[in-house]
Amino acid sequence: MRLSAVELSCHRGGRTVFTGVSFAVSSGEALTVTGRNGAGKSSLLRTIAGLLRSAQGRLTLDGGDPEMSIGEQSHYVGHQDAIKPSLSVAENLRFWAEFFGERSSGDVAKPLAAVGLDALAGLPAAYLSAGQRRRLSLARLIAAKRPIWLLDEPTSALDAAAQSRLSELMRAHLATGGLIIAATHGPIGLDQTLELRLDQAAPAPVAAEASA
Amino acid sequence: MSALTAMLIRDMRIAVRVGGGALMGVLFFVVVVTLVPFAVGPDLALLKRIGPAILWLAALLASLLALDRLFSNDHEDGSLDLILMGRAPLELVVAMKGLAHWLTTGLPLVIAAPLIGLFLNIDADAEGALLLTLLVGTPALTFIGMIGAAIAVTLRRGGLLLAVIVLPLTVPILIFGVAAANAAVIGPVPFGTPFTILCALTLASLVVGPFAAAAALRQEME
Repeated sequence: MRLSAVELSCHRGGRTVFTGVSFAVSSGEALTVTGRNGAGKSSLLRTIAGLLRSAQGRLTLDGGDPEMSIGEQSHYVGHQDAIKPSLSVAENLRFWAEFFGERSSGDVAKPLAAVGLDALAGLPAAYLSAGQRRRLSLARLIAAKRPIWLLDEPTSALDAAAQSRLSELMRAHLATGGLIIAATHGPIGLDQTLELRLDQAAPAPVAAEASA
Repeated sequence: MSALTAMLIRDMRIAVRVGGGALMGVLFFVVVVTLVPFAVGPDLALLKRIGPAILWLAALLASLLALDRLFSNDHEDGSLDLILMGRAPLELVVAMKGLAHWLTTGLPLVIAAPLIGLFLNIDADAEGALLLTLLVGTPALTFIGMIGAAIAVTLRRGGLLLAVIVLPLTVPILIFGVAAANAAVIGPVPFGTPFTILCALTLASLVVGPFAAAAALRQEME
């Protein structure tokens, strides 16, 4: 499986967020997207997920399921955690596992244990701390299988133990042929990663707009 | 369990839990209808004549009350992003959300209607027919309303815009719903004609609503 982007660009609110972004990631590889605040890291992830339309450029996935879009084969963990406070931790996770089409979803104990939330399964999610909410949304990654992980600053709000647990999960995902694209400011605990710096790609917005 | 039943159960669960707002609509409905006899006075003939219209108006406003939360909650916490990335067709997911919304806010209105029909001097015979018009008509209010909810989803406090968009679209439902209810309560025109048109409006809205709402959601996410 190989996800590649050619000369991708994105405009939002009349402003060019990024232009000319190209990269290629294959099975078993991780790509970290770095850059200053506002460089378009989140926009790039949302473009790959199909949540934003790219103005120009091509995004192709070789070796995936041709019947499905890239977004339908991806997990996206963004800044918002998609957790309903009135549902319990287990109910939140079970819903997303079922919604993402996981058949054997009755058992959410394993993914919860993998992020260290198994003791809190019956607790309403309203009582979770920021780090615990983050871990609950990361549990989605293993509750339902999808080959592409799009992670937007996955380590934010996580303590050291949870960070190392996350890197273990990412390593296991890469070992089984998955691919990861993570927007990050710091290290994510993987030995070998490809890197995409968005700063270099960022153009002067006004000039680009005029010529386009 | 499929993605669609999971969505139905999750939305109903959230609605009936604390802060879910399932009871808000029916409470509003009961309060408005209960206040009418106090405002109008104990003129039984008058109450009987305006009863169906009051019930329908209250049902319309009550079902509008919780509608702006249909998609905006999911938008605010990021759930909508994940829903768009799901493999289930968005139209069907949206229809499921509408069904869950109707079951938790529309159906309680229908159940409460016979009880508060007493306040408006509606006969026991006519209660059944009135109940039937609400049972058939309230799904149309939800499914027409979801279009407005989808259009207003990205706006903070879009409730006012929602009302402005949705209320004109609900006028036909109101007209034929009240006409059918009036025919049953007061007569002498036949009940069947306006009721059949009401059924047709509901069936059309069950199809148009999810497609229009899904299209609006896809557009809004840009």
